[in-house]
Amino acid sequence: MPYGPHVADDRARMLETIGVASVDELFDAIPSALRAGPLRLDGPEPELELSARLVGLAARNRVDLASFLGAGAYRHWTPAVVDQMLLRGEWYTAYTPYQPEVSQGTLQSIYEYQSMLAELTGLDVVSASHYDGGAATAEAALMTCRATRRDRVLVSRAVHPHYRQTVQTYADGAGLVADDIPLVAEGPLAGTTDLAALAALLADPARPVAGVVAAQPNVLGLLEDMPGIGRLAHAAGALFVSVIEPVSLAVLAPPGEYGADIAAGEGQPLGIPLQYGGPYLGIVSCTDPLVRQIPGRLVGQTTDLDGRRAFVMTMRAREQDIRREKAVSNICTNQALLALAASVYLAAIGPHGLRDVAAGGAARASELEAALAAAGAPRLHAGPYLNEFVVRVPGARGVHARLLERGVLAGIPTADLLPDEPSLSDGLLVCATEVTTPAEIELFASALRSELAGVAVAGGVR
Amino acid sequence: MTVVGERLQPTLFELSRPGRGGGKIPHPPAGALDRIPAGARRVSPPALPELAEPEVVRHYVNLSTLNYSVDAGFYPLGSCTMKFNPKLNEWAARLPGFAGLHPMAPDALAQGTLALLFELEEMLAEISGMAAVTLQPAAGAHGELTGILMVRAYHRSRGDLERTEVLVPDSSHGTNPATASMAGFRTVTIPSATDGGVDLDAFRAALGPRTAAIMITNPSTLGLFERRIGELLEATHAAGALAYMDGANLNAILGRFRPGEAGFDVMHFNVHKTFSTPHGGGGPGAGPVGVRANLVPFLPGPRVLREDDGTYRLERTGERSTSIGRMRSFVGSTGVLVRAYAYLRAHGASGLCEVSDDAVLAANYLKARLSPAYLVPFERACMHEFVASAADIKHRTGVRTLDIAKRLIDKGYHPPTIYFPLTVEEGMLIEPTETESLETLDAFADALLEIAREADTDPEVVTSAPHTAPVRRLDEATAARQPNLRWRGMTGAQTPCPD
Repeated sequence: MPYGPHVADDRARMLETIGVASVDELFDAIPSALRAGPLRLDGPEPELELSARLVGLAARNRVDLASFLGAGAYRHWTPAVVDQMLLRGEWYTAYTPYQPEVSQGTLQSIYEYQSMLAELTGLDVVSASHYDGGAATAEAALMTCRATRRDRVLVSRAVHPHYRQTVQTYADGAGLVADDIPLVAEGPLAGTTDLAALAALLADPARPVAGVVAAQPNVLGLLEDMPGIGRLAHAAGALFVSVIEPVSLAVLAPPGEYGADIAAGEGQPLGIPLQYGGPYLGIVSCTDPLVRQIPGRLVGQTTDLDGRRAFVMTMRAREQDIRREKAVSNICTNQALLALAASVYLAAIGPHGLRDVAAGGAARASELEAALAAAGAPRLHAGPYLNEFVVRVPGARGVHARLLERGVLAGIPTADLLPDEPSLSDGLLVCATEVTTPAEIELFASALRSELAGVAVAGGVR
Repeated sequence: MTVVGERLQPTLFELSRPGRGGGKIPHPPAGALDRIPAGARRVSPPALPELAEPEVVRHYVNLSTLNYSVDAGFYPLGSCTMKFNPKLNEWAARLPGFAGLHPMAPDALAQGTLALLFELEEMLAEISGMAAVTLQPAAGAHGELTGILMVRAYHRSRGDLERTEVLVPDSSHGTNPATASMAGFRTVTIPSATDGGVDLDAFRAALGPRTAAIMITNPSTLGLFERRIGELLEATHAAGALAYMDGANLNAILGRFRPGEAGFDVMHFNVHKTFSTPHGGGGPGAGPVGVRANLVPFLPGPRVLREDDGTYRLERTGERSTSIGRMRSFVGSTGVLVRAYAYLRAHGASGLCEVSDDAVLAANYLKARLSPAYLVPFERACMHEFVASAADIKHRTGVRTLDIAKRLIDKGYHPPTIYFPLTVEEGMLIEPTETESLETLDAFADALLEIAREADTDPEVVTSAPHTAPVRRLDEATAARQPNLRWRGMTGAQTPCPD
C-alpha cells in the first residue's frame, strides 16, 4: 500500500495486543455467504508510472483553442497567491471546524468570506457554502417555499438551463412545482424575461407563488429589469431570488439594492479553475428576516472564556446533524476550500481590481461584438449586455464545429443550450473576459469570415 | 473584547487601508461601461478590503497555523476517515489539461477527462458490486438525495404511489432523515438492538407496503458490521422496498463486502473519506452513487458514454426520459474525481484490500489499548472505528467526554467525534485510519490513558482544557442569540485606484 506506514512487525504486535491470530478474524461479522470475491482491478501503480498516465490523460484534453465559451463558467486570470495559499495543508487537510479551539483559521476565513460576499450582494447573510450555482439556486427556491408556506416557484427561462433543471429535480422531490417564465421572443426586449407573462402567472389566485427566480446577467448575457421583476414578485406576496455572477457585482447593481430577498449563484469566477465543472462554489445570500431558513454553515463572531475575539459555527439548529428530518436541508459537506479560494482572490485583487476585471471583460466584449459584426455575425438581441452575448450565425452548429478545426472555440450554439427556444436556433453565445486577447478576437473574426464565405480549412487541427 | 490575542489575527477589514494593493489587472479603457444603462449599474462600490500582497500572504499563512490538520498530526475523527491526502493527487488535479478544461467544451476536446471519468465509474462499480455509477453528486448528502430520488422514481415507474416512508436506524447520520424529508418521504426511526445492530423485530414491524426504502450505514456509525444484514435485505425486498447503503464507512470493507452483490440496490461513496480526496475544511467532496440494474434508467444526467469507436461523450439533455434529471450544473466535481482516480490507481486491487485490513487493525488495536480506562460498549471486533465511552469517568469524577476531547488538544491531537451516535452515553467515536503509524497510535492511546488518570487526580486541568490552543472554550450561546455573521463598518473604496 503506497501510503501505509506499517512493517510486518507492527501488524504482528497489534494482532497480539488485540488477541487474534489474523486480520481475517476481525472480519468474522461479515456473513460468509456475503463475503466478496477478489477485486477485479489492476495492480498498484508506482507513482512514477501513475504520474505519466495522468499527464497522458490530461494531454488528451484540448485547452489550447482560442476560447469564447462562458455559459455559466468563466475563464479568468487568477493571481498566483490564490493557489499558493490553497496548497497549505493546514487549510485543505482540515475537516469542518467542529472543534473551534483548533479551527480558528478556517472559522475566521469563513467569517471574512461571508462578509465580503455580503458586500457584493448587498444582503445581510451569506452561508458558507453550497455545491455549485445550480444546487444553490435550487436551495434558494426551496427557501422561498418554506418562508411563504407556498409550494410553487416561477423560474425565468433566461436562468441557466442546468440551474432550471436542478430546481426541477429538487422541486419534484419536495413535492413542489417549478414553472417557467417565458422569454420575450422579439423586439427591443428580446431574450429577456417576459414581465407581462410573469404578471399573468402571478395573478392566478388559485396557485399562489412562493418565489420568482431570475438571473442578472441572464444566461444569454443580457441585463434584465431586476427592479421590475422584484416589484411584480413582491406585489404578489412572493419572494424574489436573483441568480448572480459575483464578478459582475463589482459594476452591476447588487441584489440588495433592487429588492431581492435571496441571491444565489456560482462563485467559480472568483479565482476557481474551470476543471470541467467543479469543484465550484455555490453562493446563497439572504436578508436578515430569512436567516433561519438559509441552509448551509454560518460562522459568527463571539468571545472565548478570556474575552478574546473568536469565531464559531452558529445557528446550528437549522442543520441536519442537530435537527435530522426537520433540518432546512441535508447539506453537510460543502465547498469550504472554494470559499477560501474566493476570499483569497478578493483579498488579493481588491475592490479596484475586481472592477477592472468586470470592466475589462466588458471592454473586450465590445471589441468582440464589433469584430464579429464586421465578419458577418451581428448581435441577435438589442438589449444591453455586460460581457456575453448572442450573435446570429446561420447554421450555427455546423459553423461552431468547423471553427474548432480553425483553433477557435466559438462559444456554444444557442440551439444546444436552449433547444426549446425557436428564436435562438441560429445563434452562438459568446463571451469575453479580461483574459481574452485582441489576437484571439482577430483569429475568431477572420476564421468566421472565412467560414461564412465558405472557404475550406487549410491544415485544420484535430 | 481582546481583538487580537497572541496568535489571533486581525480581520482583512482591519488590515485594509485605502490605496493599498493594485497592479494585478490592467485598467480597461475609460468608458468601458458606458453602454450599461445607469439603472443597472452599481452606485456605491463594495466595501472590500484593500491590501498589498505581502499582507494577504501573511494573513492567510498566520490564520492557517490556527488550524489543526492531517498534515500536522493525528485526526481520529470518527465517521470522517481523516486519512493522509497524497500529494500526487493535488499535483494531478492542477495539470493544465484537467484544470483548464471548460465544462461546456465539446466532447471532442474533453476526451482525457471523459476517459478518466468513465474508468473511475467502472472501478467504483467493481468495488461496490453495482451495475452502474453516477459521478455527478457533489457530496455524500447530495449522493443520498440522488439515490433516494431514484428510489422514488423507481416506485412511481411501477405505479406504486403508496410508498411514503423511509426507515432509518436511530444511530444513522443526520443526513439520512434530512435526505428522506427533502425527497418527500416521512422518516420512521428504528431502534438499535443491544448488540448495536438494527433491532430486527422492530424493523420487521415497521416494514410494510408504505416503505419505500431503508437507509443503512454498514458498517454502522458504531463501527460495527451489521451481522443480520442478510436478513434485513431479504425482509426489505420481500416487502417490495429498496435498500440504500450509506457508504460513509466503506473504508472498512474494501475487497471484503460488495454492497451490490449482497443485495443493496443503491449506495453512495464519500470519495473525500474512502478515497483520500482532501476534506478542505468542510469541503469539497464528491458523492458518486452506485446502483443495481433496476435503478440504472433513473440515474441523473448527463452520464458519460463510450461509443463503439472508443471515444467518449456526455449524454445530451433529454436523451434518457426516465432520468430523475439533473442534481447540479455540469458533469460533476471533476477536480475531486481526478484525485480519487489517482488514489485508486495507486492502490490497485491489493492496495485497497490492505487499506481496509490496516484500518480495521488499527481501530481494534486502539480499542484494546484503551479498554482498561474507557468503557467499550460493544466487545466484539470493530471495523475501522469504534465507540469508547467516558460514562464511568463522568460518574466517578464529573469529567465529561467534552472535557476529555478538549484536553486531547493540549496533548497535540485533534479530538475524536463526540456525542455521536447519540445512542451511547458520553461516547467518542474514534477512527484512526490506515495511514497512521504504530508509534502514533501508541502515543495517542497513552495520551487518552493519561487524561483518564488526570480526571481522578486533577479534574480541574481537564475540565478547563484546552490550555494551549489559540483560544479557550467559546461562548456559543451568545453567538447564536446575537448573531454577528459579517463585518460591518467599512465603506467602499472611494479613493481612486492606487496605480
